[in-house]
Amino acid sequence: MLEVRGISISFGGLKAVEDVSLLLKEGTIASLIGPNGAGKSTLFALVSGFLKPLRGSARFLGKDITGLPPHEICRRGMVRTFQIVQPFAAQTVRENVAVGAHLHHRNRREALARAEAVATRVGLAGQLDKLASSLTIAGRKRLELARALAAEPRLLLLDEVLAGLNPQEINEMLPVIRAIRDSGITVLMIEHVMQAVMSLSEYTWVLNYGSLIAQGTPAEISNNPQVIEAYLGRGTAERLRREAAGA
Amino acid sequence: MKELLALMGFGIVMAAVPLFVSSGFALNIIIMTLYAALLGQAWNILAGFGGQFSFGHAVFFGTGAYVAAVLQVRFGWNAWAALPAAVALGAAVGALVGALSFRYGLRGSYFALVTLAFAEVFRILSNTFEFTGAGVGMMIPLTESAADFQFASRAGFLYVILAFTLIACLVTWWLKHSRYGAWLQAIRDNEESAAALGVNVFRVKLGAIMISGALMAAGGVFYTQYFHYIDPHIAYGPGVSVEALLGPIVGGMGTLFGPLLGAAALHLLGELTRSLMGDAPGVSLMTYGLVLVLMVTFLPRGIIGLFSGRAAPAKPEEARRA
Amino acid sequence: MLELSILFPSILNGLTTGAVYALIALGLTLIYGVLHIINFAHGALLMIALYGVFFLHQKLGLDPYASLLVMVPAMFALGYLLQRFVIWRASHGKDENILLVTLGLAIVLENLALYVWRSDTRTIETAYTFSTVNILGAMISVPKVAAFAGALAVGAALLLLLAKTDLGRAIRAIAKERHGAKLVGIDVEHVFAMSFGIGLACLGAAACFLLPSYYVSPQVGNGFVLIAFTIVVLGGMGSFAGALAGGFIIGVVESVGGLWLGESLGQIGIFLIFIAVLLFRPQGLFGARA
Repeated sequence: MLEVRGISISFGGLKAVEDVSLLLKEGTIASLIGPNGAGKSTLFALVSGFLKPLRGSARFLGKDITGLPPHEICRRGMVRTFQIVQPFAAQTVRENVAVGAHLHHRNRREALARAEAVATRVGLAGQLDKLASSLTIAGRKRLELARALAAEPRLLLLDEVLAGLNPQEINEMLPVIRAIRDSGITVLMIEHVMQAVMSLSEYTWVLNYGSLIAQGTPAEISNNPQVIEAYLGRGTAERLRREAAGA
Repeated sequence: MKELLALMGFGIVMAAVPLFVSSGFALNIIIMTLYAALLGQAWNILAGFGGQFSFGHAVFFGTGAYVAAVLQVRFGWNAWAALPAAVALGAAVGALVGALSFRYGLRGSYFALVTLAFAEVFRILSNTFEFTGAGVGMMIPLTESAADFQFASRAGFLYVILAFTLIACLVTWWLKHSRYGAWLQAIRDNEESAAALGVNVFRVKLGAIMISGALMAAGGVFYTQYFHYIDPHIAYGPGVSVEALLGPIVGGMGTLFGPLLGAAALHLLGELTRSLMGDAPGVSLMTYGLVLVLMVTFLPRGIIGLFSGRAAPAKPEEARRA
Repeated sequence: MLELSILFPSILNGLTTGAVYALIALGLTLIYGVLHIINFAHGALLMIALYGVFFLHQKLGLDPYASLLVMVPAMFALGYLLQRFVIWRASHGKDENILLVTLGLAIVLENLALYVWRSDTRTIETAYTFSTVNILGAMISVPKVAAFAGALAVGAALLLLLAKTDLGRAIRAIAKERHGAKLVGIDVEHVFAMSFGIGLACLGAAACFLLPSYYVSPQVGNGFVLIAFTIVVLGGMGSFAGALAGGFIIGVVESVGGLWLGESLGQIGIFLIFIAVLLFRPQGLFGARA
């Protein structure tokens, strides 16, 4: 479904993403993890057209999408959400989601109807006529998700959709994401909430300082010493290794 | 839809006015109010719905006004034939300003400044060349014939400006209920999210500025025909640019009736100050300036904002900050 | 092309005008750099200052250069009060309202002046109004030379103030990092008001240097506003070196443009530069990329 080869970008002297390649299979839930500043959101931006790569390429559904503008990539079926939610604050929930629906539906009434359906799927049925600016953070995350779903994507890029949610809200979100995959949409999520990564995702890529350091099933990478080191630092990783060896 | 009915009602009431009002003075006030509403609606489309604040909207107005004058005086065209030409050129200037500004990502204050600069460039050009009458401006010959887009009685002008204003309102209504309008407002509220949802931001913005330019140009043509005179300062100076933005800000940006309400409120206020303080120069404009400051301070959503929380705030960033 | 004997005086005149432009732009760029205010009222406030100098001369017989002692502190006070009690309140501290508030202020000031003083243009005549001095073969009017020297002096004083005094350091701190400055205890509102005051004090000085060779009318501010913005954007928003450099550049462009294209068309060069900078290099010559 999505094939990225050797994609790289630098900001000034900083190599934000360096030679990253990945192959995402259709119909899966996959995740992209790594410490803060590893370049995960930058990779999303590169793949979805918000940034132009210095080197490398990306192919989506068999066609080259490198360097295409974001609205064009969206039309081809790849929709992304944003880490810091950006609702259309002056509009209602229904109107927000309708913008997404309009991608494939020209008629206003139809778009609004579809928006209502999608919002309901995501659990926003009771808030359709509230202004987006009046929603809680959990509500806004759902809104971000609903807007993206309304655009009828084949691939959904979720950027930390669980960040800022409390444990109960997370537990409510997980089945929603699973249902999205079950309905035929491939999901690639950036996540810090390990519980979600472990329980939801079938495959994981790990980024650190802009480079891919590991990939595999969640079980595989959680035992990967480089991954542990990346998250916990060399000292702690050493200590854990010694403890494990000694035990 | 309710709004269409309200517009129709408004149109009918306005059209009936000449049957009951014959005072030239009163008719003039109504005409100028509708004219201000037209300019305001044009500005509202780009700023209230599109989030792009222009401080030099006169650049489109002046183009329409001069095209009408030049085609009649220099080329002997009929004024009615000049109208579509002027409107088309207004849209073309919109395309020019828009293509440059949006291609290079100008937003917010920088966009406001560049529109000001464009207006000034056009003012200087029209002030320099004999073709547009240079500093003296141009007069169109007085014929008072409907065939020449002039009328012996004010009623004729009222019908024309009413028609123009209703067209502008219909366009605005369409923006509220169409996909294009949804896209435009999405851009206003968050350009990045709009792009991520498949909106071609450049093309949509470009369309909005062209529509806005076309409507302003129509206002310009009306001005030329009503006052029979145009010069660089009137056409491209700050007066029209300010007049265009005052109405929507007072009435409520991003709404259908905001510019109408705002134009009416401002003209009412103008008449009030005139009756209190006489015809001294600068008085009504000074009041308008005060109103602008007060509105932005206390009522950023305008008059309509008092009744519903739906009007777009007079500061796009506020929406983003919520 | 143009002979040097015609071009040279034109350039010199451009530099003298440019110095005054630079002074006006310095105030504007300070206000933008610190408060992030695009002060649309800058031209109208200059107009008020010009009327101040005019009436000081007419009613009290005060020489415009002596008026510096009155105008600079007076404009400073006006600026402080305006910012602290009007603009700050009206904008709720948000940058975006300010555009419209300063526009409203400009409209009020311009039309107030129109109401009170009518629309006639007024000039003053001093002993040296028509004197000229010979600079390397070009005859330049004395008021203009004085303006050049004066503007540079005030500009230098301003830069010294910013570099060496506590207030100057506070101003630079806030310009760089507003919230951080608050956190280290800088009274941000006070510094804002001081900055606006200094910005207007520059206008007071500029008015004293300008009036002897220019005129005042209620609309005179309009012409200066756009030119000031061009300079500030050309030099880089918030850059003082930029305002100085930009002022001279625009002054010369205007002068040589007028020579080459005539009075009316001459100014077009300025605005074409403005558009070009906004489109292709919005950070200006010395500004940081936003």
